[in-house]
Amino acid sequence: MKAEKPDIAPEQYELFEKPSHQFKMNRRSFFEILGSGIAVTFTLTTGLSKELISPVPEDQVAAWIHVNETGQVTVYTGKAEVGQNIRTSLAQIVAEEFPVSMDKIDMVMGDTALTPYDRGTFGSRSIPYMGPQLRKAAATAREILMDMAAAKWKIERRQLFMENGVIKNTTADQSINIGELTKGEKLLKSINDKVNIKRVDEWKVAGTSIKKVRGESFVTGKHKFVSDMKLPGMLYGKVLRAPSFGASLISVDAKAAKDMNGVTVVHEGDFIGVAAPDLATASKAIKAIKAEWKTTPQPSRTEIFDYIRKHSDKNGSDEGSAGDAANAFTNAEVKIEKTFTIDYIAHAPLEPRAGLAQWANNKLTVWTGTQRPFGVQEDLAEVFNMPKENIRVIQPDTGSGYGGKHTGEAGIEAARLAKAATMPVKIVWTREEEFTWAYFRPAGVIDIKASAGKDGKLTSWEFHNHNSGGSGIETPYEVTNKKIQFHGMDSPLRQGSYRGLAATANVFARECIMNDLARELKQDPLEFRLKNLREQRMKDVLQAAAQKFGWNKKPDANHGYGIACGNEKGSYVATCAEVSIDSSNAIPKLLRVVVAFECGAIINPEHLKNQIQGAVIQGLGGALFERIDFKDGKILNASFSKYRVPRFSDTPELDVVMLNRKDIPSVGAGETPILGIAPAVRNAIDHATGRKMYGLPLDMTT
Amino acid sequence: MVLNINNKQHSVNAGPDESLLMVLRNHLDLTGSKYGCGEGACGACTVLIDGKATRSCITPASSMEGKEITTIEGLEKNGELHPVQTAFLNADVFQCAYCAPGMIMSAVSLLQKNSNPSDQDIVSAMQGNICRCGTYPRIIKAIQEASTV
Ligand code: FES
Ligand code: FES
Repeated sequence: MKAEKPDIAPEQYELFEKPSHQFKMNRRSFFEILGSGIAVTFTLTTGLSKELISPVPEDQVAAWIHVNETGQVTVYTGKAEVGQNIRTSLAQIVAEEFPVSMDKIDMVMGDTALTPYDRGTFGSRSIPYMGPQLRKAAATAREILMDMAAAKWKIERRQLFMENGVIKNTTADQSINIGELTKGEKLLKSINDKVNIKRVDEWKVAGTSIKKVRGESFVTGKHKFVSDMKLPGMLYGKVLRAPSFGASLISVDAKAAKDMNGVTVVHEGDFIGVAAPDLATASKAIKAIKAEWKTTPQPSRTEIFDYIRKHSDKNGSDEGSAGDAANAFTNAEVKIEKTFTIDYIAHAPLEPRAGLAQWANNKLTVWTGTQRPFGVQEDLAEVFNMPKENIRVIQPDTGSGYGGKHTGEAGIEAARLAKAATMPVKIVWTREEEFTWAYFRPAGVIDIKASAGKDGKLTSWEFHNHNSGGSGIETPYEVTNKKIQFHGMDSPLRQGSYRGLAATANVFARECIMNDLARELKQDPLEFRLKNLREQRMKDVLQAAAQKFGWNKKPDANHGYGIACGNEKGSYVATCAEVSIDSSNAIPKLLRVVVAFECGAIINPEHLKNQIQGAVIQGLGGALFERIDFKDGKILNASFSKYRVPRFSDTPELDVVMLNRKDIPSVGAGETPILGIAPAVRNAIDHATGRKMYGLPLDMTT
Repeated sequence: MVLNINNKQHSVNAGPDESLLMVLRNHLDLTGSKYGCGEGACGACTVLIDGKATRSCITPASSMEGKEITTIEGLEKNGELHPVQTAFLNADVFQCAYCAPGMIMSAVSLLQKNSNPSDQDIVSAMQGNICRCGTYPRIIKAIQEASTV
């Protein structure tokens, strides 16, 4: 939305750069918090990528790993656990280099007061960027302790080894617990960038299926999500929502609400909220507020694609051009020109946004389920015009995000109310609020012109994406003449990141066209892809999926096969799908899916498999039925009974093939596996029926 | 009103329209049961009423007097996890695990009625529970495992 206020600015077109910030903690306050022991920190002088962590002045440190006097290891990282099980995989990485049992490692995450600055948990960056740093920090800590033991026993360092939290002398019956070594110490060291780390084929903890850390607290219901938290004297907050997008407030009469017992009303600009001792009173108070709104005409779903085409930037930004695509297309032997439409969809994380805020001595603490705790801290600093240092944002493990929780609306709202009420306030969004006032995966229009020669080689590729975004817009296929452009615009609905970002749209359109070109050429869609691909890793996943699927076998009558592939952020996916067509009503049914995935060296096979399965199942929603319906700026299906998400019965037979490339550094896996499912299903329907669809969601009901 | 929850009597002072879910969460601090939709469409709030899986978000608390209510907090017996909880842990089912309590309560109810469910039985019994992270195949596996103990 154009008129968005800065405090809830959405992310237009994926990731944005924020100014870097410093983690202010000197050596003294560091050990005041941690207690004595040894700590390995990151500082500027260690020279790791500056893009990842802000520059830290020499007198300041960003803590990474601390070992206390009982040998307990605490790891500090600003990453957020939102269901990707990163708490587990990062702990595994630490345990690999610092040999203690997993239960001796405590991960402190997503707390702006305790962890180093982190831009946020998105874009599958935790494993490739945070992983290597923690690995080196853990290895450095190990080496420091080994050196200490060697000095203590006055023997050679190489006669020692560490195992299960104990350092042993191989030449004598001598051993010491690491906690004893750190006793009374206040040793602060920087990461040694050159420290020896283990080769992947030496891994014993990393690379294995360690179970979800703190798993028991979830199956017993004991884990406190933000929505479950309570503070003494806490009030419940509610916010008055506009009747539609683009509406502005004309007048308010809040007298009736103000008169209610214990109710605080806050009215600042277009923000009206209440806080009350219990939820029922808060709801009653918000209903008692009479507000008049001015609405402006808003596009509806039925006209959104025309709207996008009309309003998107005509010139577009160049995302990859070469040769003369127009000319090559004109002269091509086989050509296709098509337009694809992509609906807005919702992340609909099962835990809606929630925030709890508390003010004390002009300092603010906010607990909220966000993928960017430090980003929310900055937003709060702006809203309340106060120094960041006086704001602490804490993110307890959160009920998922999928790219949909980069913001901190509920926390900001709770903080506003808490300030006025001078009591802690909690806000939990209703499902309707989450469906309406969170942000959506962008809708988009994609125009493609593509051509190939009879030899099965691409000759031209012209690709224009309007509004979805630029992720996955580049083609992995070799083509000498290409023109790839992204055309941005101001979205009528609030939009932002999604799992895989815009690649869910771009890869879909691309892989449909690749299928259609192959069919036009009467070539096998797998062979056609292999012939035009450059990267071996992509070919490898395609072949792995095809083999497991039985691509070369002929499908039964009324059945069809589809295949698709994609890569993002250094990982590769290929997906095969089989559909059958019920001859009585011609409705396609998805029977089975095989997905092959490769993301370098695998850190936790079961959790990787879980991510891949989950991504495919979530992707099925966007592929088959998820779509935000809206009219005159109102969301028409803001509930789970109207907005269908995948359920048990939608789960197809699902086989996962994981390629473990121990020779390639691990990268994240939360996003890319979602990319193949929608085009694979679409191409399978084409194979079974000859019917080609050009929109997401695919309409399988007719 | 007096509610019998996890074999304990709780006297609560709740409004006539308050749902059982809100009473559990906001009055009694039993926050294991989750809010996901408030319309009976996601299963996150599932509890057992006289052994039967019930959506507490659309159940008025006032209608629950005299019934036996079991929540996720009441599954453990003498500090030991319920076999269904153990099976879910063994199958390492979850991602964000927000759906976990509702899934487990629905599974407990299913297995009490049908100790040896087929895949199809599991799908029909669990259809009302959403896992947005898509852990369905693993939940099915966990329920099958639980049914063999
Ligand atoms: S919260 Fe009760 S079914 Fe969703
Ligand atoms: S594990 Fe996230 S909703 Fe089920």
